[in-house]
Amino acid sequence: MPRYVSNFTRRKFLTGTALNAATLVVPSVLKAQGAGVKLGILHPVSGALSYSGTQGRLGAALAVEEINTDGGIKGLGKIDAILGDALSTPEGGTAEVEKMNSAGVTCIIGGYASAICLAVSQAAARYELPYVVDVGVADAIVTRGLKNTFRFGPGFGTISKTALDNLVTINDAAGRPAKTVMIVHEDSLFGSGLAKLLNAQLPQHGFEILETIPHPTPTRDFNNVVLKMKAQNPDLVIPADYYNEYVLLARTMQQQRVRPKGIYSVLGGAASSYKFVKEFPDAAKYIMDCNHWFDPRNPKALALKKKVEDRGQFYTYEVYMNYSSVLLVADALSRAGAADRGKLTAALESSTFSGHVMPYGPTKFVNGQNQGAAPVNTQVLDNDIKVVLPANFAQAKPVFPMPG
Amino acid sequence: MFSPLILITAILNGLLTGAVYALVALGLTLIYGVLHIINFAHGALLSMALFGAFFAFRLLGLDPYLAALFLAPALFAFGYALQRFIIGPASHGDDRNILLVTLGVSVVIENVLLYAFRADTRTIDVPYAFQTLDLGFTFLPIPRVIGFGAVLAVAVALWALMTWTDLGKAIRAVAKEKLGAELVGIDVSHVYAVTFGLGTACVAIAACLLIPTYYVNPTVGEAFVLIAFTIVVLGGMGSVPGALIGGLLIGVVESLSGLFLGESLGQIGIFLIFIVVLLVRPTGLFGVKA
Repeated sequence: MPRYVSNFTRRKFLTGTALNAATLVVPSVLKAQGAGVKLGILHPVSGALSYSGTQGRLGAALAVEEINTDGGIKGLGKIDAILGDALSTPEGGTAEVEKMNSAGVTCIIGGYASAICLAVSQAAARYELPYVVDVGVADAIVTRGLKNTFRFGPGFGTISKTALDNLVTINDAAGRPAKTVMIVHEDSLFGSGLAKLLNAQLPQHGFEILETIPHPTPTRDFNNVVLKMKAQNPDLVIPADYYNEYVLLARTMQQQRVRPKGIYSVLGGAASSYKFVKEFPDAAKYIMDCNHWFDPRNPKALALKKKVEDRGQFYTYEVYMNYSSVLLVADALSRAGAADRGKLTAALESSTFSGHVMPYGPTKFVNGQNQGAAPVNTQVLDNDIKVVLPANFAQAKPVFPMPG
Repeated sequence: MFSPLILITAILNGLLTGAVYALVALGLTLIYGVLHIINFAHGALLSMALFGAFFAFRLLGLDPYLAALFLAPALFAFGYALQRFIIGPASHGDDRNILLVTLGVSVVIENVLLYAFRADTRTIDVPYAFQTLDLGFTFLPIPRVIGFGAVLAVAVALWALMTWTDLGKAIRAVAKEKLGAELVGIDVSHVYAVTFGLGTACVAIAACLLIPTYYVNPTVGEAFVLIAFTIVVLGGMGSVPGALIGGLLIGVVESLSGLFLGESLGQIGIFLIFIVVLLVRPTGLFGVKA
């Protein structure tokens, strides 16, 4: 007879069973005392989008840390952040929704990429689980009638309209030096969607599109793309890429001495990045971008910037958009008065939250889209990123065309 | 239609890019082609080597080309130890086990890098990163021209090692007939580990050539591995000239198909060529029948 059988006594069995039962009971007791709210923080922290995902997670973590240091959400207690990795794929995001739902989260925040946000919103809708999109800009995210989905930031439609209006304003003010355009975009939902919109709208504003060049993420080499630029000599280059590819493209343009009259990014992965400006000041000089940006006049936004930089990290848009999204959910939860999905959805629908760090004004959701959300135009000037439009947030005037 | 100057530039760009592919593939052709180890960790080792070159520059101020002199022996030792003490013993001589073990090693390396350095993309800024060679009709980036020369030198050195040295003969003997090699007194485990180490050293040199114009993050190596496997099969398993020519060919095909079909479809050309070679010449361009 094996030894372990003879050692197993009735007393040991009863003791073990009692301990197990006690362990099972403890969480219920904690729950009964209102031990906090579980929030799913979901980002692509590994794979091709991992840098952006990690930055997004940082922003969310800073907001959670701040709220918990102040005692948590009023009446509900501290936030228990359940972290998830979307693996840079929609399937990865969906799998995390299942896990988070099982873990009993009240809301999911994040997603980052449009394709991930689309999949996550749909998966979360099955459980009537409120989902706040941090960045994903595809319009379809909020136009499918999903009651659980809220986007705090702007979508493609608003961004492309603002980008075009501002481009026309800047070009007109400079005497219309730019007439021809080349679009270089990554070929997933974000870049392709944007390229489609630009192709439809740029000609209406008098621009001729010489070529639209899609490329995959990751792309190892941009020499061919730049070669085409050299051959066609566009006045304006419009890149719509994620960070790594944007940096490679800008570096290759500098290497091949391609200097169009302007580089005007729309949601450019790097043109609104302090990291890019710091590491490649020459390649970044005078690049303009229409992108998510913090309110440069808001002391809270500047305090957050300092906090992030003190940690040795860059203050990227993923950070402050996720930070604001968590604050938005915390505000809605405190008004809902319960960690209840239905009540939270109702509280988000009626949100007028203005304690964020974005240049949006008070929040107002219509069919899940925050109506005040809008991008701003920035330009790399004096080794810094300055807001150049809209005028009420501007720190400097745009420099266009780029000085030779 | 593109002008001849653009076509020539695209071919030159393809050759320069293909040279780096070739170096990554040279390491793989030794490990995969000679020893028949499907090394899924090759990409992770490249990421690791890129981090090595990055930190050698950032912390010690070592130029990447100089760092190659230290990083290649260091990665050789790492590869040797990895094969000798982990992959070899854990696989128990079964090919399926080797596959899983190298996959496991790859996951471990990538996650250790992720844990240690975050997902952050890093670059270095060397003074010559943006210097170019002016050919009159185009500019060739100096770091990539240097890379091309270095890859040719490494390929010649490896070819000489495999052809003329006792070690090269031992490696080829083990590849052909492991039991026979053991019977004539060759230490097979040692040869396996040395070969793996050589393959890893190639990756270290490739990393030092890449870093002046490329970036590093924990998963950056993955982008090169599928291409490298293709080159090894295309050039002929275990053939050093095959890996070099195959790499250059793939670089040019990728560049031209990118130019004509667009970057998103650029890799179609590579795999079409690959399929054609497998159909017409299954042993690869320089491979010999078993």
